[in-house]
Amino acid sequence: MSRTLSAPVTVAFDYTRSTGPVLGRFLTGLRDGVVVAGRTSDGQVVVPPPEYDPVTHQALEDFVEVSPVGTVTSWTWVPEPVKHQPFDRPFAYVLVTFDGATKPFLHALDVSSPDEVSTGMRVRVRWAEERVGAITDIACLEPLPAGEEAAPVVAPSGAVDPVTGIVVPVSLDYTYAASPEESAFYRGLEQGRIVGQRCPTCNKVYIPPRAACPSDGTPTAEEVELSHTGTVTTFCIVNVPFLGQRITPPYVSAYILLDGADIAVLHLILDCPADEVRMGMRVKAVWKPEDEWGTTIENISHFAPTGEPDADFETYKQHL
Amino acid sequence: MRDVAVVGFAQRQMRDFDGSPTCVELLVPLFKECYEQTGWTRKDVGFWCSGSSDYLAGRSFSFVQAVDAIGVIPPVNESHVEMDLAWAMYEAWIKIQTGEVDTALVYAFGKSSAGVLRRTLSLQLEPYTMTPLWPDTVSLAGLQARAGMDAGLWDERAMAEVVNRSLTDAEKNDWALRKGGSSVEELLARPMYADPLRKHDCAPVTDGAAAIVLAAGDRAREVCDRPAWLTGLSTYVDEMTMSRDLTGSASARRCAEALDLGGVDTAELHAPFSHQELVLRREAGLADDVTINPSGGALASNPMFSAGGIRVGEAARRIWAGESDKALAHATSGPALQQNFMCTLEVSTGSTTGGNR
Amino acid sequence: MSKQPAAVIGVGQTHHRAQRKDVSMAGLCREAIDRALLDADMTLDDIDAIVVGKAPDLFEGVMMPELFLAEALGAAGKPLLRVHTAGSVGGSTAIVASSLVQAGVHKRVLTVAYEKQSESNAMWALSVPVPFNMPVHAGAGGYFAPHVRSYIRRSEAPTHVGAIVAAKDRTNALKNPYAHLREEKTVEQVLASQMLWDPIRYDETCPSSDGACALVIVDEDTARSSANPAWIHGTVMRSEATTAAERDQVNPQASRDAAAALWKQAGITSPIDEIDAAEIYVPFSWFEPMWLESLGFAEEYAGWRLTESGATAMDGRIPVNCSGGVMSSNPIGASGMLRFGEAALQVRGAAGEHQVDGARRALGHAYGGGSQFFAMWVVGSEKPSN
Repeated sequence: MSRTLSAPVTVAFDYTRSTGPVLGRFLTGLRDGVVVAGRTSDGQVVVPPPEYDPVTHQALEDFVEVSPVGTVTSWTWVPEPVKHQPFDRPFAYVLVTFDGATKPFLHALDVSSPDEVSTGMRVRVRWAEERVGAITDIACLEPLPAGEEAAPVVAPSGAVDPVTGIVVPVSLDYTYAASPEESAFYRGLEQGRIVGQRCPTCNKVYIPPRAACPSDGTPTAEEVELSHTGTVTTFCIVNVPFLGQRITPPYVSAYILLDGADIAVLHLILDCPADEVRMGMRVKAVWKPEDEWGTTIENISHFAPTGEPDADFETYKQHL
Repeated sequence: MRDVAVVGFAQRQMRDFDGSPTCVELLVPLFKECYEQTGWTRKDVGFWCSGSSDYLAGRSFSFVQAVDAIGVIPPVNESHVEMDLAWAMYEAWIKIQTGEVDTALVYAFGKSSAGVLRRTLSLQLEPYTMTPLWPDTVSLAGLQARAGMDAGLWDERAMAEVVNRSLTDAEKNDWALRKGGSSVEELLARPMYADPLRKHDCAPVTDGAAAIVLAAGDRAREVCDRPAWLTGLSTYVDEMTMSRDLTGSASARRCAEALDLGGVDTAELHAPFSHQELVLRREAGLADDVTINPSGGALASNPMFSAGGIRVGEAARRIWAGESDKALAHATSGPALQQNFMCTLEVSTGSTTGGNR
Repeated sequence: MSKQPAAVIGVGQTHHRAQRKDVSMAGLCREAIDRALLDADMTLDDIDAIVVGKAPDLFEGVMMPELFLAEALGAAGKPLLRVHTAGSVGGSTAIVASSLVQAGVHKRVLTVAYEKQSESNAMWALSVPVPFNMPVHAGAGGYFAPHVRSYIRRSEAPTHVGAIVAAKDRTNALKNPYAHLREEKTVEQVLASQMLWDPIRYDETCPSSDGACALVIVDEDTARSSANPAWIHGTVMRSEATTAAERDQVNPQASRDAAAALWKQAGITSPIDEIDAAEIYVPFSWFEPMWLESLGFAEEYAGWRLTESGATAMDGRIPVNCSGGVMSSNPIGASGMLRFGEAALQVRGAAGEHQVDGARRALGHAYGGGSQFFAMWVVGSEKPSN
């Protein structure tokens, strides 16, 4: 058994980026099949145009079209592409200075072996079949065929409005691990037990146990089996739907102080109308069927009222 | 300027940390080591500052739980930078210079292995025209390495010499993940990976954490026989674009120019790619007799967000031990040495020149 | 050794909106920066160092965005620092920028904080599920609502107090041309709005904004060139844990400790008498009475009485959030710096229509995380005597 529990997590969102006028001008050009550079106050012709002049710091306003053909000034081989790179087979990233520009531009070059790429080689833009006003409208760069000095002229996309925004999907895969103390807690849950740990310094019982007691920085240690019954200290009724939500509103999200613990845990209250949930209400854990248990606090489906009289405010007020 | 010294340092480096991305369980023993080195408790620490990244952990506010490791009743004077440990130390040094506090403990942590590091770092690029192409860290370093080779500033032999020396020195470093020198010829005989880089030209993916203790004046002398006095600190950044001159690092040069590097006998340079050490040595104008990266440097192990600060700690250790009288420590951040930090550590306080002087 | 004097001589902010689709992230920051530099009668070339603050990188999907922004912010070739202390970050960033001057390391520091929330969705970014845990989290509102309920129970405040704050702040925002929400609100309208995170109603929550704020902070010599510098009289940062056994989550010790240290530094013994205007971080209206108590403007459980009496209105004894506050504009990473900047505007006599007459000392306040990170400053129209 590994020391800690782990599980995959994907953090994914399609970011909606407003480009502002300068990058918008560049991306509009790409959509229309032209490479737009910016001319800076020190006479450089730069692709993509910087949003602000590097010397005067003013917003860039001087744009020029440059050739979609250029010369490689540096390159690197990508033997093991990662997800979302322009190719899922080995390729090269290159810096290429387009004819008419003075500074190099970064993109991918479609070649099948590092032997096919060299500094100084001539390359041209390969336009994406469908262009929307994004850097990926340049599908990649490709070696300029011998004897050709120009890139094929492409048809305008037909769109006329300037590009003002782009959508950039970002999806990152992680392996999330719990701390050793938390892992012990989740493993207890898999056996239908709620096991906290006591801090050896301040003697408070923590659930979940902690890699460091936040009061004194000492890891919690001695295991303490906790009751499945406790008191609602405070709560809120979530009426608002939101992106990524996994429980359908309305629901009651409550801090529950289990008998024997010195800190409340956050969980759901069900089996009674939301507007009947009260501070001080006594509740008990309702477990899912045992065959659905895993190493998660979701084994406890929710908490439900016990029907006992409410706890006196004085007994839990120091937990608010 | 107040005289401020590095008086404590602890580190952890490993290939796959099997704990949580908050790294709390790594920090607890680190702080303990710092207390043992200084004889302090947490209540002797006037200011805390940490460095880490939410994108390394894969969740927002990933640094928030780290304060648990301190034990924060009573609450602490504390800050956080989304930067390497070296800059967390810089913020703490500034805080001590204001006179508000006399001591600080700074720390940083990162679990690089939680995601695909070279891909995660694509999120660090200009988000409109760079990130959508997902250029990975190794590729960007490869473009830089090639630019210098094409310009005749270095060659693969010079890079292999850096690697061979680093891995040889790393044999003495318990924390090094990659160690064991061989010969330049043997290294050059190994296959190309991301041409022009071989695998050994690139720092290994490393998890870890580190902590540094700072103290001013007599507070430093009380707890350390040979405090490593911070006699100069500087940090600069360049534009990100890969259209800048990749064969050098203007910000590294500025950092070096802001410091008095005369008499430096040892340098710990944060170079995650072999050619970057060559860039840094040139920009800092280091003489051939300066001992470079006696720890093995980042090519031996490179825990994200603490590796730069570890250079400071490694330099300080050598001052404490009498192996160095004046050392340079350096940290970098961003693609292809975009942002840099340097500081000098000395056995005597001399004249502290302060930040960016 | 004591701190070198430092003063704010430039304050700039964007027009805050739900979506600033007309600008990129750099454009958003520059809108605030250019206004701050104009105010300070400086250009980017005059600036020694730049300090950037913003809240979680997941909001915009860029890791350490200050790196790609460096050139647009005029930071290329200069020192650049990036602070992130959760919601308090705008305040902490201003404090770090101040400390660069107070340490005597730099003379002219530019600091900028921003958030472009429209690039993603903050509720999503704050609720990315953590394996093995219960997915009951519902963004910041879901987090803070139970603690508001605790405050109401402990203080026995009448339930309309939150609505009084919301109506006041929204009405104040009508006097602030940069505010995001500019609509007259009555207490009745607020009370009639939808209950989102019971006990927090829709109109009792802050908006989600795109926006930025920038400050120019300078040393004593440079400040002499300004007609109306806002001198920094005290700065403080304090942190504690998100959750701990028996932690007071309504009136956290870190907040109380921070306030005590701040007043001491600034030589203030009775905050309600000596502070002329306060910009307090109130993302949910109930936090006004809660922080009034924690900051020492009112006794414990008496904050709501101060609010209910009208003392926190623009013409009250202690005007709070004359700018409209976080309740009217919330570019998260910038919200704290806006509080700090608005405090500076008040003591400079430069707050325009929402100026408190004759304000001489003002509080800027920010908090973040689970009410656990605090950043505060006091600024004054006179150079501090200490």
